[in-house]
Amino acid sequence: MIFPATPSQTVGPYFAIGLPWPEGPFAVAPGTPGSIRIRGTVRDGTGTPIPDHLIETWQADPAGRFADMHGHGGGSELPGFRGFARCGAEDGDGTYEILTVKPGRVPEAGGRLQAPHIDVSLFARGLLRRVVTRIYFADEWQANAEDPILTLVPAGRRQTLLAAPDDGGYRFDIWVQGPAARETVFFDL
Amino acid sequence: MSSERSAGTIYDPISDTPGNYLRVPEGSEPPLDHPPYRSTCLRHPRQPLIHLPHTITEITGPALGEARAVSDRDADLTAQHPGEPIGERITVFGRVLDTEGKPLPNTLVEIWQANAAGRYRHRWDRWPAPLDPNFSGAGRCVTDELGRYRFTTIKPGAYPWGNHYNAWRPAHIHFSLIGRAFAQRLVTQMYFAGDPFLTYDPIFNSVADEVARGRLVSRFSIHETRPGWARAYEFDIHLRGPAATPFEEAR
Ligand SMILES: [Fe+3]
Repeated sequence: MIFPATPSQTVGPYFAIGLPWPEGPFAVAPGTPGSIRIRGTVRDGTGTPIPDHLIETWQADPAGRFADMHGHGGGSELPGFRGFARCGAEDGDGTYEILTVKPGRVPEAGGRLQAPHIDVSLFARGLLRRVVTRIYFADEWQANAEDPILTLVPAGRRQTLLAAPDDGGYRFDIWVQGPAARETVFFDL
Repeated sequence: MSSERSAGTIYDPISDTPGNYLRVPEGSEPPLDHPPYRSTCLRHPRQPLIHLPHTITEITGPALGEARAVSDRDADLTAQHPGEPIGERITVFGRVLDTEGKPLPNTLVEIWQANAAGRYRHRWDRWPAPLDPNFSGAGRCVTDELGRYRFTTIKPGAYPWGNHYNAWRPAHIHFSLIGRAFAQRLVTQMYFAGDPFLTYDPIFNSVADEVARGRLVSRFSIHETRPGWARAYEFDIHLRGPAATPFEEAR
């Protein structure tokens, strides 16, 4: 018997009283060798920053292992690696910032290696359910060129998924709505 | 995943890790563009979503229990301050299951809500109803081995919002669930049966399918209601389960 799934509802404007916590933005422990900051601004269809948004990220460690409940891929051995970050500031100016490490390459179902990527959930007032995107890295052009997911995206839109090196970290801006070439690619999960 | 399963090397709770999660049918999830809820206007993607085959990144998920380490007080929103909050004391309880009805143990459940007067303890909430010094309105707990969770709280009040003329949100509690996979992540709201505002609420009614929408409404439970203490409401949550069950026969 299949039960209907419980539907999503918007996170609303007041999630900051319940969801963010001080260590939330740290997918790795501060001071982890090779740690990087990823930051960006989330914008609406007029280009205005969305202050009441919540970002969550999920990824493998540099060895391609996850810190998940099941120990998939052997389980991460990187001390302090959570692989999950949540950022949603109550005084939000539409920006987010997480601390993490660049993930390694993990296979897709057919066994082909994916390029380094981070899954992203975006929640906000005005989003009745989350939207899902992926952060890829602009300096991984060779891995990106053969990535089995990225190649499903129309060529003219792929650049919206590339985080650009920026000030010792990466910048990944999100346009929830915008002209076709600028609107971030979102995935149907 | 079959060899891992037979070798028993993966975490083998009652709900297993499928290689693919069910895709929710049209109408069972709210659309991103829903004009009756005005805030969706500038905040929905106009380009088509790209079909994402589920890879290991989507079928795994964080174990957040430790990071959000929970104490008993986290699950009792009436016990977080020296005094008792004002309002109707209620118990909200239920199970976290997948779409096959299998429980999800050890998963984080987070809630937040307005107080009895419909006011959130948030600086942007300008509704001129009183704040309650004894109520913060946020709680969390981790499901037990049968997927059960339980909160003690105060029944939240309805509150007005600017979406349309005479718009009031029905009383609701916001829920956030981690599940065991990125694909299972859910943020939703729990409502109360018989609330007259449900009829007029564009957020509740954004779910076109009536059966799916009914999943958002909790049920009064006389069995869990404690005499002279608290009324109880039951709210089971079904997260997406496996897309197919090729191993079902072997179980
Ligand atoms: Fe609310």
